[in-house]
Amino acid sequence: MENIILPLSYLIGSVTFIMGLKMLSHPDTARKGNLVAAFGMTLAIFATIFLYKGHDGNGLGNYPWIFAALAIGTVVGTMAAKKVQMTAMPEMVSLFNGMGGACAMLISVIEYHHNPTPSVGMLVVIVLGMIIGTVSFAGSIIAWGKLNGKIKDKSIAGAQYINFILWGALITLSVMLIGGYSTEPMVFYGILMVAAIYGVLFVMPIGGADMPVVISLLNSFTGVAAAFGGFLYDNPVMLTGGILVGSAGTILTMLMCKAMNRSLKNVLVGSFGAAKTGGAACTGEQGSYKEISLNDTATIMAYATKVCIIPGYGLAVAQAQHACHELEKILGDKGVEVTYGIHPVAGRMPGHMNVLLAEADVPYEKLLEMEDANDQMASTNVVLILGANDVVNPAAKEDPSSPIYGMPILEVEKADHVIINKRSMKPGYAGIENELFFRPKTSMLFGDAKKVLQDLVSEMKQM
Amino acid sequence: MEAIQNLFTDPATYRLLTIVILSIFLGIEVIGRVPSVLHTPLMSGANAIHGVVIIGAIIVMGQAPSDDYLALTLGFLAVILGTLNVVGGFVVTDRMLEMFSKKKKK
Repeated sequence: MENIILPLSYLIGSVTFIMGLKMLSHPDTARKGNLVAAFGMTLAIFATIFLYKGHDGNGLGNYPWIFAALAIGTVVGTMAAKKVQMTAMPEMVSLFNGMGGACAMLISVIEYHHNPTPSVGMLVVIVLGMIIGTVSFAGSIIAWGKLNGKIKDKSIAGAQYINFILWGALITLSVMLIGGYSTEPMVFYGILMVAAIYGVLFVMPIGGADMPVVISLLNSFTGVAAAFGGFLYDNPVMLTGGILVGSAGTILTMLMCKAMNRSLKNVLVGSFGAAKTGGAACTGEQGSYKEISLNDTATIMAYATKVCIIPGYGLAVAQAQHACHELEKILGDKGVEVTYGIHPVAGRMPGHMNVLLAEADVPYEKLLEMEDANDQMASTNVVLILGANDVVNPAAKEDPSSPIYGMPILEVEKADHVIINKRSMKPGYAGIENELFFRPKTSMLFGDAKKVLQDLVSEMKQM
Repeated sequence: MEAIQNLFTDPATYRLLTIVILSIFLGIEVIGRVPSVLHTPLMSGANAIHGVVIIGAIIVMGQAPSDDYLALTLGFLAVILGTLNVVGGFVVTDRMLEMFSKKKKK
């Protein structure tokens, strides 16, 4: 009887992962879905600890070590996840993702250390699992550093060529090792090094506008790395869990690429970074823009019938989601219809803005997806853009030489007035000049998003 | 060549191959129509699920000879990292989703 419990637990684990992902895709069941998957995971973990038997029929040992590690990971993980600000969520996910990648990498290293001459099939699995895990780990750490501003954008000249050389090196070394041409452990660790360098260089030149795509892609990488672990141990729950995340993550990545009208290859090769420096160099001149005072902004919004707020990363940085909700409520009290236009890639992660606004209790129905927001734009009086830039840049529609040309944008110019809140005239995270600031309908309202919104609210209260 | 042939002729590996192929389609189908509001929680949830790699870390740790300190140290580290991925991932996702459901009750 006892020997069916482990496979049964794995089966339940796999089913909960599928159900969890399915439920996570619906607003009503999402939270339960997460708990279902967490339950399956816990079951699979404890069943493994107590019931797993190796090829020699022996159970696992080293319990004190295992439980100490589990305890440390649980305490640190829970604290980190509980303490993190909602605005810092993307880098947190990126960091956790990197941990998973590093875990996969270490498993391969230990397996190789145990047995440096396994069968060809095993070696393929160990090496591929290590490469993907390492790239995911190194890339996630860089993505984490870039998102919280510790690492600045850097475009290295000829980065594409370096990447191709690294690919060449990875393939050559892997063939040497797997094909049996060399059994030197140095070759194995050489692969590890090259994969780590590739992971760093792969994310390094990618601009902030692409970060959501990169995190999603690295997420699916780690999934695939976990699946290789499943092959290694003939373990169905690792296999299904890993592959599910790998394929679901890839689809999510595709959806995001589609929203930005860029191919995945384009992102991978990193031409965005290269085009960016080219674009920045040739835009020397600036047109003239007009400023608008707080008072005028308050008046114009209070007497509008329909206002559309477009949030971007600036809102997240300024922690202005609560102030934003205040403004929306006071406008609502004055009989103004307020909606939010959410661009699919606004912020640093897909749905980033939705999470932020949900934290501030903004009702679900007020958040419009891009197509719906654009449909309503012509009947909108005032568009208030809060720290968004590239997602409203008309160059995406008008300028074929722009790196973001072809990306669908929020067509704010169909509205009567466009008010843009920014801290300065600096171009957005993607580093592209925005024509919109100099258009006749546009007025600039400078200042920190949170402060400006609070001032607007107090202005309106006096009206 | 032999390794590729084994994928199809060896019943155990062939079974794994089948699981892989079917799981790929399942993954695509399961999240195919997710609304963009849920993209971040979904990504975060998926992130926690690939933490299943921790099972490999536990196996490696549990099988390490007790005098092999390199394997023990690396395995210990691997279990910690895997746990961080799993626990952190699920807790973060729950926090995000909590905000969605809180508002629903109103």
